Amino acid sequence: MINKGCWLGFISLFPPYLLAADMAYVSNEKDDSLSVIDMNTMAVVNTIEVGERPRGILLSKDKQQLYICASESDTIQIFDLKTHQVIGELPSGEDPEQFSLHPNGKWLYAANEDDALLTVIDVPNRSVISQIDVGIEPEGVAVSPDGKTVIVTSETSNMVHWIDSKTNKVVHNTVIDARPRYAQFNRSGELLWVSSEIGGTVSILDTNTREIIHKISFAPQGIHQDKVQPVGVKLTDDGRYAFVALGPANHIAVVDQQTYQVINYLLVGRRVWQLALNPQQNKLLTTNGVSGDVSIIDIDAMKVIKSIRVGRYPWGAVITDEQ
Amino acid sequence: MRYWYGFYGICQRELLRFLTQKARFASALVRPLLWLIVFAAGFRAALGIAIIEPYATYINYEEYILPGLCAMILLFNGMQSSLSMVYDREMGSMKILLTCPLPRWFLLLSKMIAVAFISLLQVSVFLLFAYFYGLELAPMGYFYGLLAMLLAAIMLNGLGMIIGAWVKQLENFAGVMNFVIFPMFFISSALYPLWKMQEASNWLYQLCRFNPFTSAVELIRFACYQHFNATAFYVVLGCGIIFMLLAIISFSTERFNQN
Repeated sequence: MINKGCWLGFISLFPPYLLAADMAYVSNEKDDSLSVIDMNTMAVVNTIEVGERPRGILLSKDKQQLYICASESDTIQIFDLKTHQVIGELPSGEDPEQFSLHPNGKWLYAANEDDALLTVIDVPNRSVISQIDVGIEPEGVAVSPDGKTVIVTSETSNMVHWIDSKTNKVVHNTVIDARPRYAQFNRSGELLWVSSEIGGTVSILDTNTREIIHKISFAPQGIHQDKVQPVGVKLTDDGRYAFVALGPANHIAVVDQQTYQVINYLLVGRRVWQLALNPQQNKLLTTNGVSGDVSIIDIDAMKVIKSIRVGRYPWGAVITDEQ
Repeated sequence: MRYWYGFYGICQRELLRFLTQKARFASALVRPLLWLIVFAAGFRAALGIAIIEPYATYINYEEYILPGLCAMILLFNGMQSSLSMVYDREMGSMKILLTCPLPRWFLLLSKMIAVAFISLLQVSVFLLFAYFYGLELAPMGYFYGLLAMLLAAIMLNGLGMIIGAWVKQLENFAGVMNFVIFPMFFISSALYPLWKMQEASNWLYQLCRFNPFTSAVELIRFACYQHFNATAFYVVLGCGIIFMLLAIISFSTERFNQN
């Protein structure tokens, strides 16, 4: 007979990620809900009502909670991952859409599109630390890995605003291609990738000089150039790939992070918007707004393996490993 | 043993005929490749708007028409084999075959299976080209796909035999090809999914639904993605048996004695 100790010994042979079940949380902009997807079975296991027009979605530093931008409720909701309930709210300013968490896990930076502001939120105290004037229609927000710099992209001013996180002041602006939507630092923090929706490009900026050092254009086969509108960007930590969601082009561009060459285009659903990597970074999830589904990409095989119907207009996504 | 010799002889003859007719092989390959590389390229993004069974995600048009083009090879081959029967009859070699001391149904069945294997050989080469073109299936997908194609090929060869039995002269054959191959191929799900057909016209959709070639295509499509389409399977199996029986009846002694 196999006793309990044997089982525990057997289980301990496996690394923790093999025992964890990856769960994806997808915000459905028009259904005011979150879809919960089991990444192993690749099926929706739950749909939970949240605030109005949920868009940006983030995992807390301790991975126990989600922060959800409920844009039309003018708040950021705190969602408990164990109980699957909204347990509180953060003061976000009006119409929060995208936000980013400081590496200290305490400060949250949310862009207020209508007010041309960046709101700095103290998460433990649930209070506003500061509101910073930025360009018109701020959208993408990113915090550098060392936590010293905060980035906001403003859609109408076509600028990247560089903010010192100590003083909460704008220290520099970089003009960029039309309608910058999303920004992400690479792992070392030396480079910043910014997508420009109307410009149809992704710009790579040197964070020391704050200048553009490279610009990537996209030309998926058989797609009219007008439809190539880059939005979400995700970089793998191993420095190999960058994934760019091309909006109404319905494709994900796979870019080599070192050479900046587009190495593949993967067909996904309609108006692909935002992206999420799983903790092991071997799966990428894309939210396809118009087709109301998400697509899952196996990064090792570099193939789209499944598209799963969720709510109406899925916007943001987070994948977490729940042990 | 006698049966085995008969079967082996017929297979060998079909294989030799296939190997000596290089142009036939080339055309059997060029035709679907043209469809794939030229025709489908123009419609590449046309299908990336809906997910249909058995696909798990969005697909390009090239991926959609791959099973249809495999079925096209089987269809053309099945019909071409009936052409060769007309030729055999005109040249007199069929009489030699029929003098063989084996039941006629066995000879016909052997020929159907032999032609089916030749068709699978051609499809395999086509799939190899498709693989290098970037259209890849899972290893088991190839296995199940080829099994489905074997059944579909036998059904289509049965149909070809019936036509071969009724067409008396080679000259009539082109007309028959036009009246059988093209309607069968175009009024099917080989090039467009059935829901697209339904959008265009309901009666066209109904024609497509009841076309046994549609079932052959769908059986192959599902098998290539390791799914089993029971309806398509029973339709192909049922039609295969009916066509085979009709072919045997068509090649009854009386008809040949009259010839």
